[in-house]
Amino acid sequence: MSGELVGLVVVSHSGRLADGVAEVAAQMAPDVTVKPAGGLPDGGIGTDFEAVLAAVTEAAAEAGVVVLYDLGSAQMTADMAVESLPEPETAVVVDAPLVEGAIAAAVAAQGGGDRAAVADAARAAAGRSEVADTAEAAGAHGAEPESGAGARAEITLGNEVGLHARPAALLARSIADVDADVQVSLGDTDADAKSVFSLMSLTARKGDTVVVTAKGAQAEDAVARITALAERNFDE
Amino acid sequence: MGCNAERAAGVLRAGAATVAEHKTELTELDRAIGDADHGENLDRGFAAVLAALDAGVPETPGAVLKVAATTLISKVGGAAGPLYGTAFLRAATKLGDASELDAAAVAAGLRAALDGVVARGKAEVGDATMVDALEPAVEAAERAHADGENVAAVLTAAADAAKEGADSTVPLTARKGRASYLGERSVGHADPGATSTALLLRSFAEASR
Repeated sequence: MSGELVGLVVVSHSGRLADGVAEVAAQMAPDVTVKPAGGLPDGGIGTDFEAVLAAVTEAAAEAGVVVLYDLGSAQMTADMAVESLPEPETAVVVDAPLVEGAIAAAVAAQGGGDRAAVADAARAAAGRSEVADTAEAAGAHGAEPESGAGARAEITLGNEVGLHARPAALLARSIADVDADVQVSLGDTDADAKSVFSLMSLTARKGDTVVVTAKGAQAEDAVARITALAERNFDE
Repeated sequence: MGCNAERAAGVLRAGAATVAEHKTELTELDRAIGDADHGENLDRGFAAVLAALDAGVPETPGAVLKVAATTLISKVGGAAGPLYGTAFLRAATKLGDASELDAAAVAAGLRAALDGVVARGKAEVGDATMVDALEPAVEAAERAHADGENVAAVLTAAADAAKEGADSTVPLTARKGRASYLGERSVGHADPGATSTALLLRSFAEASR
């Protein structure tokens, strides 16, 4: 076992589906081990216990492993593989949408999130519209940060694609380890700046001005990091 | 008469023969409501169980069932792998290292198998799954044992109830597995898992006589 970042395993009935999901997730998280385990040994459709067990073992890091699956038997096979590990508690099988969940988990793992945080990120990908709704509702009540240091900045997006997947992932990753609650707002809509999907749900485009607000011990640091990233046009 | 390791292996060989015989039928049932692989998958698994038993029969019935469990988990490739694998594994654990099984042990092993399937698949009676066959089978086996029946009669009672349970899935809407995506369109088809459970129990009953 090696690595300080949580590893991921993608279990699917199809080898190509598992490979593809792992490929897309790994793009967002260059330092995270993402192992696909899809299909039967002969290339047919199904889930192969031994392949899943091998993938979970290879992805195993000191920080643990999060396992995502596509359908039915993939979950049962994943559960059995985890149960047969020498230390089953180091791995968790999460009920999450496969593609969005894998990407959210990969970004959370890249940001140094622990196993529970990575699993939560995957699960939260299922209800990201609900998360946005909740944030809007809070905004409608005019809730303001009540305590702790606060920081705020207005940023006009100069990059071509706005807060699309890659820039959103960079933004979330840049503040993943910061001790602050950070929001990015566009008009009346607020997004959790540590959630790629929440940020993407703003659909902020080139030329839009977003407001970054942070509260907490490292609020100023968070806003400074995001401002610097935007000034570099998200490294486009 | 009890059931030693050789007889337990014989029972599993009979199960493998039944699965091979009904492979196409099971896959056709699965084609109607699922992914058309149940017969193929189960046959691949049981063929591997046969090969494992041909390589050597372990010393106790529990160890025989454990070989079946680990082989099915590795080889089946569909939901039947973890489900039947867990069923045999839990039964094997329940039987421990007893060298011979009596009716009480068989009934207890079946109950443990059912508990394992329910824990693994989270299904209950009425969801149109193998639980619809296995749960009434376990209850019938326990009644038969309470009535003082022998191993073969206990398994026969289980097989009869399982057949009835499998037939009862025809009018049901599937709520688990691939068939659940069909919703009400799954009505009118026997569940393949319940059907294979009934077939297996029938073959076990006949081989134990």
